[in-house]
Amino acid sequence: MTEATSTPAVPVTRAEYCVIACAEAWRGEGEVLASPMGLIPSIGARLARLTFSPDLLLTDGEAMLVRPDGTVEGWLPYRQHLALVTGGRRHVMMGASQIDRFGNQNISCIGDWERPRRQLLGVRGAPVNTLNNPTSYWVPKHSRRVFVEKVDMVCGVGYDHAAAHPETARYHRIPRVVSDLGVFDFATPDHSMRLASLHPGVTVEEVREATAFEPAVPDEVPTTREPTAEELRLIREVLDPAGHRAREVGS
Amino acid sequence: MGDKTMTAEEVVSRLESGMTLGIGGWGSRRKPMALVRALLRSDVTDLTVISYGGPDVGMLAAAGRIRKLVAAFVTLDSIPLEPHYRAARERGAFELTEIDEAMFMWGLRAAANRLPFLPVRAGIGSDVMRVNPGLRTVTSPYEDGETFVAMPALRMDAALVHVGRADRLGNGQYLGPDPYFDDLFCEAADAAYVSCERIVDTAELTKEAAPQSLLVKRHRVTGVVEAPNGAHFTSCAPDYGRDEAFQRTYATTPWPEFAARFLAGDEQAYQTAVREES
Repeated sequence: MTEATSTPAVPVTRAEYCVIACAEAWRGEGEVLASPMGLIPSIGARLARLTFSPDLLLTDGEAMLVRPDGTVEGWLPYRQHLALVTGGRRHVMMGASQIDRFGNQNISCIGDWERPRRQLLGVRGAPVNTLNNPTSYWVPKHSRRVFVEKVDMVCGVGYDHAAAHPETARYHRIPRVVSDLGVFDFATPDHSMRLASLHPGVTVEEVREATAFEPAVPDEVPTTREPTAEELRLIREVLDPAGHRAREVGS
Repeated sequence: MGDKTMTAEEVVSRLESGMTLGIGGWGSRRKPMALVRALLRSDVTDLTVISYGGPDVGMLAAAGRIRKLVAAFVTLDSIPLEPHYRAARERGAFELTEIDEAMFMWGLRAAANRLPFLPVRAGIGSDVMRVNPGLRTVTSPYEDGETFVAMPALRMDAALVHVGRADRLGNGQYLGPDPYFDDLFCEAADAAYVSCERIVDTAELTKEAAPQSLLVKRHRVTGVVEAPNGAHFTSCAPDYGRDEAFQRTYATTPWPEFAARFLAGDEQAYQTAVREES
């Protein structure tokens, strides 16, 4: 394994840093269901399961609980999935058409709800997810259209709205938001969004430029960590050999 | 014991404009599309539709049959946004009760259990409360004092579901991986209509499948329709997967043109047109 110690022959792509940043969401989560939505979060969840979070449960996207190689280990139809959510043993990573500084998320519609300019998916399970199990978010293209001052329709509950209902929101937690520019969390006194790490090659200015609100930025901004040689091998040879990740995040 | 077999047309003849109609399945999966197509051939309209929405909602919305929709989403799964639903929403074609997926499930359970509501930890803090001003909350009578949404029962006049097999009495069997919520739809409705890929003798039902696959019980069922390929173009595992090519045609063809090409005739004409398309 001599080559494992040197820098990889093929440089790490932005998409691969995103995979690592997503996988890290599930570090230390134990024996819970990892529910990734989107391709890069899916690769990330399986990477976490194959490496540092071996107790994670995964689904096949339908009703089966499967090992990373596809071996069925359990049955989880929608009705049980929704019950599992309220039991809390799950960490979901959802998409966000809009997200604001307190982590309110919108996937329902753009514009006035009564008669939307653009109808999107609908609230789906965002309201139940955010009140019951940790909910992270994945944004493949960081822009001012997504990172907005105020979302048009609160689907996933953010920290400000959760604070207004302390009993009901006792299980509310947004561990992280991963975008193609960096990783964000809410580790600030007022739970507003903070830049937690920048992917290599991205500047704080780029983030500010692409964000409609002012995120908290620490004096020293860490860089998203490098994948290990084994992680890179798993991503490139096992989890996404066809390279679909580059379609979600270009280099 | 009563033979409940009937045609899709007979099912639709029992539906009336203004009714509340539940539709089983999930997204673009195991939707009772043959019954929806029969409904589109009738003049029944002004419906309140309750659905984990897929092309059932898209078609009924495009055809202007929906007065009010109760849903958490409408999607074609492999095509995330349902184009005909979108267009209808963006032109303000009907009223929407937008609720969360779990609220929806507890609403079905409340209805099936003849309860006025069930408490659910979902919705509070989100704009589901803003866009549904009629939603009430309930506070736990125990020490915790937590406040929940009191999700009202989703009662319906009729439910339409599609399963793999059924007998003539209305015992319905799903053979795929997920029952979705079809049993709850049937229990939440005053009259449930079950279409199936194949009607079989009762004894056939458990010959090769486990008894847990017997999802729908006959005492909740009013009518049974044999409709081979009746979920098309949605999936009906294990009998067939989603017809992705046809779904793309549906999603990219202007509605009047799609309706003229595929929905002008009866179910047999539809199935023939589908075969010619592929």
